[in-house]
Amino acid sequence: MKLRRSFLIAVPYTWLLIFFLVPFGIVLKISFSDIALAIPPYTPTLKDGFWQMLSGLDLENYAFIGAGAVFALFAVVVISIAMFQIVYPRVRRALIPDARYGVFDSAAAALTTLAVALVNVALIVAVLGLLFPALKAFVDIPDFLYFAAYLSSLKIAIISTFLTLLIGYPIAYAMARAAEHWRPTLLMLVILPFWTSFLIRVYAWIGILSTEGYLNQFLLGVGIIGEPLAILNTPIAVYIGIVYTYLPFMVLPIYAALDKMDDSLVEAAEDLGCTALSAFWLVTAPLSKPGVIAGCFLVFIPTLGEFVIPSLLGGSNTVMIGKVLWEEFFNNRDWPVASAVAVILLLILIIPIVLFQRNQQEADQ
Amino acid sequence: MRRFSWFNATSLTFGFAFLYLPMLMLIIYSFNESRLVTVWAGFSTKWYGELMQNEAFLDAAWVTIKVAFWSSTLATILGTMAAYIMVRAGRFRGRGLFSGMIYAPLVMPEVITGLSLLLFFIAVDVNRGILTIVLAHTTFAMCYVSVVVTSRLVSFDNALEEAALDLGCTPFDAFRSVTLPIILPAVISGWLLAFTLSLDDLVIATFTSGPSSTTLPIKIFSAVRLGVTPEINALSTIMILLVTVGVIAASLISRSLAIKAKADERNAQS
Repeated sequence: MKLRRSFLIAVPYTWLLIFFLVPFGIVLKISFSDIALAIPPYTPTLKDGFWQMLSGLDLENYAFIGAGAVFALFAVVVISIAMFQIVYPRVRRALIPDARYGVFDSAAAALTTLAVALVNVALIVAVLGLLFPALKAFVDIPDFLYFAAYLSSLKIAIISTFLTLLIGYPIAYAMARAAEHWRPTLLMLVILPFWTSFLIRVYAWIGILSTEGYLNQFLLGVGIIGEPLAILNTPIAVYIGIVYTYLPFMVLPIYAALDKMDDSLVEAAEDLGCTALSAFWLVTAPLSKPGVIAGCFLVFIPTLGEFVIPSLLGGSNTVMIGKVLWEEFFNNRDWPVASAVAVILLLILIIPIVLFQRNQQEADQ
Repeated sequence: MRRFSWFNATSLTFGFAFLYLPMLMLIIYSFNESRLVTVWAGFSTKWYGELMQNEAFLDAAWVTIKVAFWSSTLATILGTMAAYIMVRAGRFRGRGLFSGMIYAPLVMPEVITGLSLLLFFIAVDVNRGILTIVLAHTTFAMCYVSVVVTSRLVSFDNALEEAALDLGCTPFDAFRSVTLPIILPAVISGWLLAFTLSLDDLVIATFTSGPSSTTLPIKIFSAVRLGVTPEINALSTIMILLVTVGVIAASLISRSLAIKAKADERNAQS
């Protein structure tokens, strides 16, 4: 019995250790190695002993990809989040000891927010000041490409998450409001594209967005534009591609949150004199917040490391870190730098992943 | 009372048009006579004919199906075991690490997973081919399977299994004749999910495949980089239709299985 249980645990455990954890160790190791014209194209630095390895770590690859600057930004983001997660509730509690809602409650809350924001800005400035040497070092690094790629991935991920929310929320809202017997069908219609090949769904947009594509044909035919728009191979095409492929990830959690909601709450708010809009803002929006947060993370996290969409729709103008890693590995065959890029990307992803898990745990409670 | 306004109707219409029009265009233009994909020149099925004669695509399709079958089967076995451990095994050493390793691959960017597995396969000196793709796909698909099966396992009553054990079943018999039938719908949808994930995957397959084991997504990706071609449209249409039929059939089957399992559970309890 005991033996059987151990065996049952050991099989999937060992599998994941070998094929998930050990490979990461190898990536970490190679990220500290030198590039070499050999097969495999790197020279290992970890031959003799752990301490010797630590003293002789080759940080060249990290310096090369501007890791110092990334770490500086990383620290700023972590500190800002810590401020709002830990300090803000305490300050608020100190200022408003009574949990009941008083007359001055909103004024006090506004003041607190302002104070925290000011402290926060001061802190960010301080951190940036302290890390200025690191920032300066990154400006001097031979290649600006990597840092620009991190920033542009971040920007694309944030904007497209916001766009997906903007388009996904009304769809989820309408689904939750639809007649009971329609809902399984609507749900199926949202899930179906998720099962269809990702690659094919991205590919479908090439034909639509290209200069002689369907969209331009249509717009020219109707007479809205005089000459074809260049959309393919621009960031706009990447945004469209991301919104399109990740829309189900946004719609489903929001729908789940809205579906659980009690409709009588909205009715009560309206009976008490709310307009439809303010009832939505005061009742529906807060109740759907866990779904919105979950959806945003489900879009944001995978988008940050996205490869297929920028390489098919973005052309050479769009730089994203997943694409840089790919090209570094397959085209330049610089495995150590590719590994270092992967390690940094993983570090950046830790923040949203931890926040996401906290949100899920809170939602479960 | 649920109100259905014009606003809701409009957002649903536009939302679903946005989701389905691109695929519809793809399907329509796969029946286009012309090689110029954006110019309509009359109905024809000739690109399907050409596709059937394209040895490279057929070989890649065969490799993909083999990989998807083996990796989803392995992933279902391992993922179901993992889910069973997470829900039933209680505390054991390294449980935190185990659940971390189950959830991490779900959000890991594919480029990182692919890169790390490739470097691993090179470090242990395995020749890259169908086997390495199967191993890679099994690893990330088993995590999806275990999430699907876990959600079913937590929702059903442990007492049924204990009753079977009290009545003299061996643990394996209890699992086979009580637990497995109840979680079967989840296991089946886990297998289907693993199968489609493997069919779809481009990035991890590119990293872990060898020169003789090109999968369909790799083939499509290299063709698509050169532009839109009618053969790819035809191929996409076939894949979209297969998935649509598969998903609808699977959801009907799993719904009836779930209803049956619910009824069995109720009968067993009464």
